[in-house]
Amino acid sequence: MAVVKLLGTWFSPYGHRVIWALKLKGILYEYIEEDVRNKSPSLLQYNPIHKQVPVLVHGGKPICESTVILQYIDEIWPQNPLLPADPYDRAVALFWIKFADDKGLLMSKLYRGNGEEQQAAVKEWLEMLEVMEEHALIGVKKFFGGDEINMVDIAFSFVAHWLGILEDVLGLEIFKPHKFPRVSSWIQNFKSSPIIKDNLPDADKMSTFLKRGREMMLTSKSN
Amino acid sequence: MEDEVVLLDFWPSSFAMRVKIALGEKGIKYKCKQEDLFNKSPLLLEMNPIHKKIPVLIHNGKPISESLIILQYIDQVWNHKSPLLPSDPYQRSQALFWADYIDKKIYGIGRRVWMGKEDQEEAKEELMQCLKTLDRELGNKLYFGGQNIGVVDVALVPFTTWFYSYETCGNFSIEAGCPKLVAWAKRCKENYQSVSEALPHPLQIYEYVMELKKRLGLV
Repeated sequence: MAVVKLLGTWFSPYGHRVIWALKLKGILYEYIEEDVRNKSPSLLQYNPIHKQVPVLVHGGKPICESTVILQYIDEIWPQNPLLPADPYDRAVALFWIKFADDKGLLMSKLYRGNGEEQQAAVKEWLEMLEVMEEHALIGVKKFFGGDEINMVDIAFSFVAHWLGILEDVLGLEIFKPHKFPRVSSWIQNFKSSPIIKDNLPDADKMSTFLKRGREMMLTSKSN
Repeated sequence: MEDEVVLLDFWPSSFAMRVKIALGEKGIKYKCKQEDLFNKSPLLLEMNPIHKKIPVLIHNGKPISESLIILQYIDQVWNHKSPLLPSDPYQRSQALFWADYIDKKIYGIGRRVWMGKEDQEEAKEELMQCLKTLDRELGNKLYFGGQNIGVVDVALVPFTTWFYSYETCGNFSIEAGCPKLVAWAKRCKENYQSVSEALPHPLQIYEYVMELKKRLGLV
C-alpha cells in the first residue's frame, strides 16, 4: 500500500483542508509539521515552485496547492465524494471553491494591515460575507454538500474558524451573526460536523501565536 | 434536442481565447457574443453577477464562469474527442497545478509590464522568471500535454499573442530568454486550427493595448 504523507503547519486552514479530506475518506497518513521560517529540504524538494505547504506526497510523488490536492484525493479515493458528479453542479462547486480560495487572501490582508489598509480589508471581508449570504448559500440547507460536507464547505472553513480568531487578535468585530443569518447557520453546522470539530487548531493557542507575530511585524515596520 | 452554446467574449481576452480553443478542439458549434467591458450587457450581469467578467459559457441557458472551470466542464461534457485533461489522476493533478500557476502569474505580472508604471522593471524580471519556469517545464516535449495539446497548453498559449505588447512596452525580448516556449507557441498555431483561429494577431493586441493605455491616461 502506498504511503501517504502530508506536510503542513498546525495553524494553516489550507493544511487542515487536506486533513479533513483524508479523514472523511478514512485514509491513513503521516503528518509532518513544517516550520515555514526554516523550510525543510523535503519541502523545497517537493514544492520547488511555491515552496509552500500543504504538500501531499502519495507513493513518493508530490501534489501541491490545496484545491489540486483535494481534487486528487477525491479521484484516488472515491468514497464520500467531495465534488458533485454532475458536470454543471461540479462547475458551480468549483466556482465557489475558487471564490473562497481567492478571498482566503483577505486573512493575510487583515492580519498585516494597519489603519487605512486594515479598514479597506474589513470592507472587503464584509463584501465577501454578503456574497456568501446572498448568493453562495441560497438553496443550501445544512452544508454546501447537502447532508454531508463537501469541498465547498471545506474551502469556506476560513470563515468558520479563522475569521473569529483574527477578530480576537485584532480586537475587531467584523462578523455580526444577525446580519448574516445563513452564514451563521452554516458556520454552526460546519463546526459541529464530527471530522471538523475534532480537527481544528486550538483558538487560544492560535490567538497567542498570532498576537505575538503581529507585534513583531508592527515593531519591525516602524523601525 | 440540440445543444445551445453561447460564449460571452471579449476578443483581446486571453481567458476567452482559452474557451474558444477548447470549443474548437471539441468541434462544438456556438454563438459568440462580444461584450463591451466598459458597458456590460444585462446578459453578462445576469450570467455572472458575482464577478461580472468574461468569459462566460452558457450551455442550454445555464452559465459557467472562470475559464479553467469552463475548460474542465467542456472536457467532462464533450468527452468524445480531444481530451484536455489526462486520464491518470496524478498526471491530471500536475496539469491542474501548472494551469493554476499560469492563472496566478501571467495576467497580473503581464499587466504591470504593459502598463509601464514605476514597477515595470520589477514586473519584467518576474515575468521572465515565470516564463523561464514554464520553458523548463515544457522541456523537450512537443506540448505541455505531451504529443497533443492539453489544458496547460490551452491555458498558456493565448498569452503568447500578448508577448509582442509586453516586449514593446517593456523594451525587452522574451524569445531571447525562452526560445523553447516561443517555438512551442508557433507549433501550436501551425498545427492546431483551433489555436490559430482563436488568437488575434499580436499587432491587433498591441493596438488594443495602446488604446487602453490612452484611455487609462498612461500615454
